[in-house]
Amino acid sequence: MLETLSKVFSNNPLIVSFAVIGITMYVAYVLSDKLTKGRIHGSAIAIILGLLLAYIGGVLTGGEKGLADISIFAGIGLMGGGMLRDFAIVATSFGASFDEIKKAGKNGVAALFIGVILSFVVGVAIAYAFGYRDPISLTTIGAGTATYIVGPVTGAAIGASSEVITISIAAGLVKSILTMIGTPFIAKYIGLNNPRSAMVYGGLMGTTSGVAAGLAATDPKLVPYGAVTATFYTGLGVLLAPSVLYLMTKAIFG
Amino acid sequence: MVIFGVALLAICMLIGVFLGELLGLSIGIEANVGGIGLAMIILILLVDYLKKRDKLSQPAQEGLGFWSAMYIPIVIAMSANQNVAGALDGGPLAIMAGIAAVVISWMLVPLLSKGGSETAIDKTVEENTIIIGDEDYNARNIK
Repeated sequence: MLETLSKVFSNNPLIVSFAVIGITMYVAYVLSDKLTKGRIHGSAIAIILGLLLAYIGGVLTGGEKGLADISIFAGIGLMGGGMLRDFAIVATSFGASFDEIKKAGKNGVAALFIGVILSFVVGVAIAYAFGYRDPISLTTIGAGTATYIVGPVTGAAIGASSEVITISIAAGLVKSILTMIGTPFIAKYIGLNNPRSAMVYGGLMGTTSGVAAGLAATDPKLVPYGAVTATFYTGLGVLLAPSVLYLMTKAIFG
Repeated sequence: MVIFGVALLAICMLIGVFLGELLGLSIGIEANVGGIGLAMIILILLVDYLKKRDKLSQPAQEGLGFWSAMYIPIVIAMSANQNVAGALDGGPLAIMAGIAAVVISWMLVPLLSKGGSETAIDKTVEENTIIIGDEDYNARNIK
């Protein structure tokens, strides 16, 4: 009986994930309504529930893909994986205004450069405070603080130790998760309520998953504007971190 | 037909990702440079062009609208996929670096977004609620 059920689940992974996510969202919206009277948006609660499930999955299996590492929930990995995520992000631009993107373009590009460099500098400073002195480790941790993709790419390019690369990935993950959870709460204090500030936000934060989820829980209409800049961030980070930023770090600490 | 909208979306994404790969190659880095962002811009321009000429049928728009509405559930699935345990295992250095980067970036948002157009969002909101017709979207934007 239980075996048959688990077979049905593992034979239909994507369908299971639709059901699981639907139920999670239902619970989240009920919680939002009953406990917070709608003040904390349902999607924000759903994202926090998702992260909790991911934590449980990670602790139970020791894997890296959260809940998706539990075999009967493997479909979550498909539904929340890069392919469908990017497909849905592109779809959000249906209804976005090109004029707005053009108008805020300059701010967005400025935010991208400032965002990459700022996160890098913050990461380097904190690594320095924790006792790292060699430019390779400092650069790798700084790059990881930009995003968890830039960290390992940079680390591999300049020859960092695997321990440092792991820290750099973790720093990027913390940034991404905090952006997911924090955005809806901070939005009103930083004026995150129009396409222009959303584009600046995407450029500054850079983590596509964090920005996309954070804006979804703030105001879904802002998602395309934040995503359109955030998706350029990783490319820019991979370009700058192992080259210009590494040379600068080496000049200062080498 | 619904599939026309979905196919349009798929084609835009493929073109964008392809361009992003080429852009990455041309500046000599092993990464996709803004492929998804380019795909979004292509889709916006194409939808605008087709709508003006009345070439985008209602079902085709629904095909696009469906995936746009599936965005939030997909993001929640994505959050359930994150390596949360790994992030916490990274130790105090990783946690501090992540938190500091986020908080400092937050503080810069108002500075860089000066001159924002507060009214613009209302316009797009109206447009979208008509297209998607999702009650949830309406409720969320009333305030």
